[in-house]
Amino acid sequence: MKENKVVNQIKDKAIWVVLLVLVIVFTAANSRFISPSNLFTLLRQVSMYGIASIGMTFVILLGDIDLSIGTIISFVNIICAYMMVNMGVNPVVAVLISLAAATLIGVLNGFMVSSVGIPAIIATYASQTAFYGLALIICGGMPISGLPKGFEMIGQGYIGIIPIPVIIMIVCFAIGSFILNKTYFGRYFYAVGGNVEAAKLSGIRVGRIKYLVFAISGFFAGLAGIVMLSRTASGNSSNGTDGFEFEVITCVVLGGVSITGGLGKMSGVVAGTFIIGALKNGMVLMNVNSYVQKIVMGVVLALAVGFDCMQNKKQQN
Amino acid sequence: MSEEYVLQLQHIRKEYPGVVALKDVTLELKKGEILALIGENGAGKSTLIKCCSGAVIPTSGKIVVNGKEFTSMTPQLAAENGIAIIYQEFNNVKELSAAENLFLGRPIRKGIVVDKAAMEKEAVKAFDRLHIKIDPKTLMKNLTVGYQQMVEIAKAIQQNAQILIMDEPSAPLTSAEVESMFEVVEQLRDEGISIIYISHRLEELYRLSDRILVMRDGEYVKTLITKESHTQELIQLMVGRELTETYPSRGDCVKEDDVVLELKNVTGNGDKNISLKVRRGEILGLGGLVGAGRTELAQLVFGAAKKESGQIFFKGKEINPKSPREAIDLGLALVPEDRKRHGAMLGVSIKNNINMPIYEKNSTLSVIDSKKEREIAEKYQKNMAIKTPSLNQLVKNLSGGNQQKVILGRWLAADSELIIFDEPTRGIDVGAKYEIYKLMNDLVEKEGKAILMISSEMEELMGMSDRIIVLAEGDMTGELSKEEFSQERIMAFASAANVEEV
Repeated sequence: MKENKVVNQIKDKAIWVVLLVLVIVFTAANSRFISPSNLFTLLRQVSMYGIASIGMTFVILLGDIDLSIGTIISFVNIICAYMMVNMGVNPVVAVLISLAAATLIGVLNGFMVSSVGIPAIIATYASQTAFYGLALIICGGMPISGLPKGFEMIGQGYIGIIPIPVIIMIVCFAIGSFILNKTYFGRYFYAVGGNVEAAKLSGIRVGRIKYLVFAISGFFAGLAGIVMLSRTASGNSSNGTDGFEFEVITCVVLGGVSITGGLGKMSGVVAGTFIIGALKNGMVLMNVNSYVQKIVMGVVLALAVGFDCMQNKKQQN
Repeated sequence: MSEEYVLQLQHIRKEYPGVVALKDVTLELKKGEILALIGENGAGKSTLIKCCSGAVIPTSGKIVVNGKEFTSMTPQLAAENGIAIIYQEFNNVKELSAAENLFLGRPIRKGIVVDKAAMEKEAVKAFDRLHIKIDPKTLMKNLTVGYQQMVEIAKAIQQNAQILIMDEPSAPLTSAEVESMFEVVEQLRDEGISIIYISHRLEELYRLSDRILVMRDGEYVKTLITKESHTQELIQLMVGRELTETYPSRGDCVKEDDVVLELKNVTGNGDKNISLKVRRGEILGLGGLVGAGRTELAQLVFGAAKKESGQIFFKGKEINPKSPREAIDLGLALVPEDRKRHGAMLGVSIKNNINMPIYEKNSTLSVIDSKKEREIAEKYQKNMAIKTPSLNQLVKNLSGGNQQKVILGRWLAADSELIIFDEPTRGIDVGAKYEIYKLMNDLVEKEGKAILMISSEMEELMGMSDRIIVLAEGDMTGELSKEEFSQERIMAFASAANVEEV
């Protein structure tokens, strides 16, 4: 009993130690790494992963997965830009409609997983493919430029010295943490992910929870999409499609959320996200070849999941 | 002497950490006889036959097959010595044909390819020998359960099995299928094959067997010549243990005219026409063998399975819960049989486990009232005497008894009025059992709850219930009032769908 507690505590802290080690290594390699301006750049780069990781955390806590979030970003980029540029829709309205659309895609995922019973990996892959196609049809495969003035603030602006996307990310993490720790939904996520049958028999309507979680995942992906649209200043269907969902999954799993569900903390995901940010930023500063960077990210994902699976195996024995 | 026996299990003992599953069991099987093996759930029948197949390695004892002595078997050794087992769960591949299943794992080959034609020809021969008509090309999934079983038997015979062990072969079959299975079994016996036949159904044993070996609590009781024995004697041998355990007593607290739960002709989930009443302050025991449809009935009442017809009344009003949530909100609770899979959320804290069904009630705008959450958890930890250093302790770190108390606390916190206990003390050590019984007594006596208790433990059933209803194969076969309780009566009801036949 006690041993378990100690192990868990070490596990909780280990992720922060890893982050610290990375920071030291990169700083030693290039002292520019630790400069405030670089750190903010790092955080800004990672903000979209951070925002999208909230929903992904909930999905993985249930023991499911959401592969559609990269496409949701692409889709939101296109429809939001299209509405503002081609239809002259007020930016605030366009953003709200886009977020609603992203949430609806999540609801559709929820429908396929919960009501139809399609495994999440397939259901969300189906939406990924289909909505990417839809985004391409809307924009005709061309980027949509000429966004209204002021829209770039979301992704590029600062409040004081802090980039706005970083503030959005911090607020999102706070909301995620609140949902997970203070509302009954958080309790339900852990219960369902830990033991679906027992959760059902304790009165949790598991179907509804799945709808909710996929909807939340869609919403946060949509928000990340808005930030990306603003950063890149043009609606581009290729935004978010370069393995975005897997980078987010890496952040979440690296943060200690068990891929089999039921285990994990928001604070861990924050650390996981920062580690990914530090790795990407640090490797660029060290002039690591971008192909090699891919290899590193792959290895990190395998290590993170591998560690989790080994823990599970040990428990079963 | 040993010449006349094809199989002898001598003084088999099997120990598991903390449990002795088999104590000095001896079984002798003659050539060309059908030996029935009978006993209650947990009597050790399955463990014993697994010793023959090599799935279980005996702690001590000898296995003698045709005069050859072994201390333990392996699946290969068993096959080489002509022992075949037909399990309840068939060992087949549904997407392959009957012929291919017959030669599963040892196909007839022509070079490196499988020779389907040759296998089909052999299959026809094998089926003909048993006088059964199966097209060898038919896919397994298109065969009825009865025919699938025939393929299993044919496979055993095709592999030259001389000793056939059948584990409850009639359980999945319809009555017509049972009859043709009997014919095949009898034919095999006449051909000199020896058969060990395990069944709960007494009438089958009388129809089929030459001798009956009775086991109880992992021990050999007696071997009877079927023709010279009768049902009463058999039941007595099966259950005839001394009632040693004591149960906490409770006052008479049954409120005769306050019916909390009433079922009228409820059908569905494998149960047929179940009618019963549970009154306030009453513990109604639900007896029967494994697979009698008791857990299924609990699922129906709790909204976890669909009812086909009939009515459920709760406190006089008809209810029709479609989900556990609805049942819980009405005031029903279920303490499931498989605590680890269906009951406790092991990776979740005690506090959260207790509060799980009532979170929505104790939240404003979905935000949990954490003070109330803690108070409720503390209250029921105290009431249930859950031993733990902290309420944040994960339930998986608790003992079985304490886990059960957490689940119980959960339902009390949810203010349930009818609590269904499915095997309330399974896997719980003796001391903790007594505590659970006392808690159950308190529930009916002090809190005015009603309890429906499913139990396969005869003593528990008789020790705790005010009345007992017995199910067999989805039918209600008997009801006993306290004065009528006896192990023999319960066993008689549980062993036969139709008692008059016995």
